Amino acid sequence: MGRTLAEKVWEQHVVRRADGEPDLLYIDLHLIHEVTSPQAFDGLRMAGRTVRRPDLTIATEDHNVPTVLGPISDPVSRTQVETLRKNAAEFGIRLHPMGDAGQGVVHIIGPQFGLTQPGMTIVCGDSHTSTHGAFGGIAFGIGTSEVEHVLATQTLPAYRPKTMAIEVTGELPVGVTAKDLILAIIAKIGTSGGQGYIVEYRGEAVRKLSMEGRMTVCNMSIEAGARAGMIAPDETTFAYLKGRPHAPADEAWDAAVEYWKSLRTDDDAVFDKVVEIDASTLTPFVTWGTNPGQGAPLGSAVPSPEEFDDPIERSAAERALEYMGLTAGTPLCEVPVDTVFVGSCTNGRLEDLRAAADILRGRTVVTRTLIVPGSMLVKKAAEEEGLDQVFKDAGAEWREAGCSMCLGMNPDTLKPGERSASTSNRNFEGRQGKGGRTHLVSPQVAAATAVTGKLTAPADLA
Amino acid sequence: MEAFTTHTGRAVPLRRSNVDTDQIIPAVWLKQVSRTGFENGLFAAWREDPSFILNNPAYQGASILLSGPDFGTGSSREHAVWALQQYGFRVVIAARFGDIFRNNSTKMGLLPVILPSEVVERLQAAAEADPTVEITVDLAEREVRLGSESWSFEIDDYTRWRLMEGLDDIGLTLRHADDVAVYENGRQPWLPTTV
Repeated sequence: MGRTLAEKVWEQHVVRRADGEPDLLYIDLHLIHEVTSPQAFDGLRMAGRTVRRPDLTIATEDHNVPTVLGPISDPVSRTQVETLRKNAAEFGIRLHPMGDAGQGVVHIIGPQFGLTQPGMTIVCGDSHTSTHGAFGGIAFGIGTSEVEHVLATQTLPAYRPKTMAIEVTGELPVGVTAKDLILAIIAKIGTSGGQGYIVEYRGEAVRKLSMEGRMTVCNMSIEAGARAGMIAPDETTFAYLKGRPHAPADEAWDAAVEYWKSLRTDDDAVFDKVVEIDASTLTPFVTWGTNPGQGAPLGSAVPSPEEFDDPIERSAAERALEYMGLTAGTPLCEVPVDTVFVGSCTNGRLEDLRAAADILRGRTVVTRTLIVPGSMLVKKAAEEEGLDQVFKDAGAEWREAGCSMCLGMNPDTLKPGERSASTSNRNFEGRQGKGGRTHLVSPQVAAATAVTGKLTAPADLA
Repeated sequence: MEAFTTHTGRAVPLRRSNVDTDQIIPAVWLKQVSRTGFENGLFAAWREDPSFILNNPAYQGASILLSGPDFGTGSSREHAVWALQQYGFRVVIAARFGDIFRNNSTKMGLLPVILPSEVVERLQAAAEADPTVEITVDLAEREVRLGSESWSFEIDDYTRWRLMEGLDDIGLTLRHADDVAVYENGRQPWLPTTV
């Protein structure tokens, strides 16, 4: 019987397999940031251990960093960033600190440097590590104990998850994006639909996505409960990687591409579960509730809790509407928004900024609008195209790179009761600031919303 | 890690689903570089509401959390596990857990127990009717007991053994350092380094 892509990559990385034990899996790349690593480094020191492969490890400062120029004013945040610097220096790990040309959100910089490649195992103390699966590797988030484990051994003990295929048939209609697709998938299978699985996104609509779009889709796998999501590599993948600083070159490139082409699910392979979704039926999608599965087409209305048969889902919907300050039956396109955030590991890449700029060009925003590039290299590329001027002319704020308002660990937060349209990945209670209310949207919907002050699809702009 | 064999304690019924790790410990608490002091951040936003269940004096000192399904979804922050443990919880019982949270829990010795929704609701109802009622979670027998009732739960043998012995994963893996070295010598030559 044939094997799925996930099985092929997994098997390639098994260091040791024994009956009744999890596989010991080799890790090709370990990404580090300031929030989930300090206690891991402390653990190493206490046990007198070293980092086994600093040359397979890279660190960046992203979660805490301010997105306006200047030092970190919060002393606790500053200590955390300084701790990362000390740890990186002590253990010989490459670090991209604030102000460095290579600094950025951890899941933006890996692909950008060409460090994220097909067939690799990649981990990071951050649940959105699933982003890197867009290149056809197995990438997943881990906790601090596992960060310490990978630092010390470059391996992780793990049971292979089950495999799920999400078959996306048909083509995405014009104006419908990768973000709308993944929000629709999460709404369909729910926040627990992917628990215990590695998801492979397949089908015509997925093949037609750019690498940026594929990263957006894989990024939010965790919001459907799946620790990892992946897409088989193809010419789009190879074209993205070629010439990047850490991509193979010359003969090594040819050998790598030949191997990468074998990284696809065999025709006779069997998935543990298959979900189908028809891309041609999709429209711009937004969330109305407090988990990413509580979403609906922007053209629809805030649902009534009565629509949910399951009593647990019904009570979750009641609670979500109360927190969100929404009334069932209100058309989503009439929901007023006071803050727009474009950025994050979900939608902070150049393509996302271009999409937002295309809508804001020649228009004026009526909301507080933060445009936060995912990395300093994205920022530089955007400025070379003049996107920064488009944003500034529209009245939006053009910021430095970081995680920013996605999780509000830096000063970019919502105040209680404020409502955002956000290109990030989580609409949890208080995620963007205590009492803040979040609607997850694509960069295009975010930009259109900034123009009208209500949740708006670009097609509905005058 | 503290070994876990069997635990008997009082329980808190948390009748909410999708209790994500942002609720368990809000991001502002993640700025600490130490491993301690997270108990005050546990459910920090919800605890501001006087009617929140953890604010009910009847449940002070409870060590088993009975949650709705999909507990610990979202962020990979292990701080969620630390906060629960430092507050005094030894066990969380729910019908479903976020994968990363469940994994993190077993690394720290906080036992995540999966039971069907109707059983969790039975336990919640019991803890609501009588906050002093005690529940036993027996890892050796893979069983949860309430009075004369009992329910078995599943956990893989390896994780159960590791929890019962209180073993450190890193120490276990380092016993196989030779296997790791052999694997490293056979890695594909084009794989990137960060140097």
